[in-house]
Amino acid sequence: MSIDQKPTTASSATAPSGGFTPVDHGRRLFRIETARISALIPVRSVVVSIVLVVVIVGAGLFSVTLGAYEVDFAAVLRAIFDPASDPDIRQVVFEWRLPRVLFAVLCGAALALAGGIFQSLTRNPLGSPDIIGFGIGAQFGVTLVMIVFELNTYMFKAAGALVGGLFTAVLVYVLANKNMMSSFRLIIVGIGVSAGLGSLTSWILISVSVEKAMMAATWGAGSIASLGFDQLIPAAIVFAIVTLLSLPLARTLPVLEMGDDAATALGIRPGRTRLAAMVFGVALVALVTAAAGPISFIALAAPQISQRLTRSNTPMGTVPVMLTGAALVVVSDAVAQLVAVPVGVVTVSVGGLYLAWLLATQYARRT
Amino acid sequence: MTASLRAREITLGYGDTPIISDLILEVPDNSFTIIIGPNACGKSTLLRGFARLLRPTTGAVLLDGDELRSLKPKEAARKLGLLPQSSIAPDGITVADLVGRGRFPHQSAMRTWSSADERAVSEAMAATGVTDLSRRLVDELSGGQRQRVWVAMALAQQTKHLLLDEPTTFLDIAHQIDLMELFADLHRDGTTLVAVLHDLNHAARYATHLVAMRDGAIVAQGDPREIITAELVHAVYDLPCTVITDPVSGTPLVLPLGRRTT
Repeated sequence: MSIDQKPTTASSATAPSGGFTPVDHGRRLFRIETARISALIPVRSVVVSIVLVVVIVGAGLFSVTLGAYEVDFAAVLRAIFDPASDPDIRQVVFEWRLPRVLFAVLCGAALALAGGIFQSLTRNPLGSPDIIGFGIGAQFGVTLVMIVFELNTYMFKAAGALVGGLFTAVLVYVLANKNMMSSFRLIIVGIGVSAGLGSLTSWILISVSVEKAMMAATWGAGSIASLGFDQLIPAAIVFAIVTLLSLPLARTLPVLEMGDDAATALGIRPGRTRLAAMVFGVALVALVTAAAGPISFIALAAPQISQRLTRSNTPMGTVPVMLTGAALVVVSDAVAQLVAVPVGVVTVSVGGLYLAWLLATQYARRT
Repeated sequence: MTASLRAREITLGYGDTPIISDLILEVPDNSFTIIIGPNACGKSTLLRGFARLLRPTTGAVLLDGDELRSLKPKEAARKLGLLPQSSIAPDGITVADLVGRGRFPHQSAMRTWSSADERAVSEAMAATGVTDLSRRLVDELSGGQRQRVWVAMALAQQTKHLLLDEPTTFLDIAHQIDLMELFADLHRDGTTLVAVLHDLNHAARYATHLVAMRDGAIVAQGDPREIITAELVHAVYDLPCTVITDPVSGTPLVLPLGRRTT
């Protein structure tokens, strides 16, 4: 029975090669196997994650040096690590600039995870919340809460974004004839619904006073410039909770990609899994939209970039996907500061090019 | 004869119209049970009922004395596997990764890949002869190879019972026989197989227990050598035929009589 040629008999119970040919996984892997924990982690994912962390920290520190008040790199490091350094610089770094970088990390990670969830759910790289209207729905919800009900705290905006996003999800779901799996139809319906909600948002803006409209428009460009710790903390708590709840989806959604029948046979409840994925995905988009306004194309691009970097077989994932999104937003925000525009403008510009390329390659494959 | 998998007076259907009413079927342990019948006879519906894809409106599917629906989905998936009629291979997935997904019901958040998973995948790929394809992309394989990979995934699930929904439908004759031989090997090695098949002669050659259905009911069941007769084929398919002994396997061979020969 055994193909193992080694004459040694003292093989431990956990040795992966005891008595059978190890599977050729086609890539280098770290193996973890203890009594309670066991996993197989691709070396490539670990390396990619480390590189992304370096990019995030580097771009983040650079971002902290930017602004009207001159703080050089060394001063930033001193301010962070030495409590006895210049209190003025510490105030600038900690109270004004660090929250912005941390917000960029949080927004990027949340949007990337949401994108991974929806792209896996629809089995389509275009099936991201930006395209299928959930982002616009969340934006509509926040505009309504801010302008019509005049509630401008984070939790109210987050609730508005969540309700708006979920409402849009239900609308798209019903209009797509409850057929979430026919992704092409879903995407077309989503584009239609987002166009409708976009014009409703515009209509609200032109029918209120100029001051209110300006406030909403500034938020609507997608900016993390004016955000402080008072908004970061509630956003971070919501983010941590939703992310933790979403983690099981990283194992179930790739199985669901194989179709409902195969997934059911493997012990997944497709309906329940899809519902959870929709709610958590919309919640992740909503928590970002409420704080920073719409930051487009991160949810679209990050899962695809991460999938190519790690050579994964699904857009859904955890650490590498979220780090990719975080790196994209931190770098975009540094660029946004250099050219003095909101970060949403940078992501839209870069993302628009990516979307054009994606559509072109998808079209080429289809024909 | 013991039957740990059985349907107890189940009614199955879509919407309000039942396709199968109060059906009883006991799947003999260690059998290769094949269900045959004309289109729309309810054979696929019955298999979907066994596979938890369709909830019975009355009655229940029992596995080891428990109602299948009362088990947790992952627990049921460790006991009963399915090769669906059509599955979707994600873009860019390798053979080893796809087969590995069959291990889902054995894994948990803390144990995402153990040596037991490694062993099951290795053995499933060896049993289906796809070990050498391990690093290949599933998209690049031929139809016959791809179906073997899906079988390997179902085997990696390591279930005592395996359901097969028209497993040979889209394959040419050589790959059909190749796959039926593979199933016969799996049956010999101890898996109880339940298949829905269109080809009556393949069913007659490979089944140890044949179930003939028509209009949502079982017309006859048993050893194909005993039950396949011209009368049965006529009763099930309205097809005039003659039945001879297959010179290769010694099992019944159904030869349809066309209008030109009668």
